[in-house]
Amino acid sequence: MSGSSKKIQRPLSPHLQVYKPQMTSVLSILHRMTGFAMAVGILVVVWMLVAAASGEQAYNVFLHYVGSKVGMVLLFGWSVAFFYHMSNGIRHLFWDMGYLFKLQNAFRAGYVVLLSTVVLTGLLWWTVCPFNVH
Amino acid sequence: MKLKWEESGLKAPLARAKGLGSAKEGSEHWFMQRVTAISNLILMAWLIWSVIHHVVGASHADFTAWLAAPVNAILMILAVISVFYHAALGTQVITEDYVHHEGLKMIKLIGIKLFFFGAAVACIFSIMKVAFGG
Repeated sequence: MSGSSKKIQRPLSPHLQVYKPQMTSVLSILHRMTGFAMAVGILVVVWMLVAAASGEQAYNVFLHYVGSKVGMVLLFGWSVAFFYHMSNGIRHLFWDMGYLFKLQNAFRAGYVVLLSTVVLTGLLWWTVCPFNVH
Repeated sequence: MKLKWEESGLKAPLARAKGLGSAKEGSEHWFMQRVTAISNLILMAWLIWSVIHHVVGASHADFTAWLAAPVNAILMILAVISVFYHAALGTQVITEDYVHHEGLKMIKLIGIKLFFFGAAVACIFSIMKVAFGG
């Protein structure tokens, strides 16, 4: 026992992968993922504004790429990310104020967040759609 | 590589002061993330409404005319500051949580600050150029 110089392989505390994914933990990591996705998406905002300031030609190039299939898919993805992050962010603000800590309420608010994401994303694209199809 | 908290646990006050201890700014980051979360809610509500009504389907002339109106330019600059600040704080936390190599972490943290500051300056300059009719 004491003569051994070998490092003792003690069991480590449980890591993330031993836990069954729960709705609350999935929503939590989604908050980070959507936030990070939008942080990357800031480049599009920079592109748009710099292009607008640079002139009509640069702005038309921006419109061309954003209006392409890949552009629209990305825009849709960012809109989902935005409405999710916004809705779940409000859920976080309620936690910061000391509400929704009861497990049942945390779950309920989570479902409200998911519903709100779907409804708001749908509403945005439903509103915008007729303008796009010429 | 050694993590910064590995040696700071049970040290005398002087030893700890020489290391990376509290800078008395612990809550600033957390608090500003909430402040910008609230300002994001207000400014993004305005921005999404504006995008639906004035940006989607707009030509370069339409878009710059909309952006040049003082209220729109001011709110757009505020939105850029609020959103980019929030994104810088958020990506910083993600980096601190997941990047464990101290050197790499430092490079990423500095990179985040420079990226978002640069992006914000690019956007604000562009908005002002459009607003002042350059």
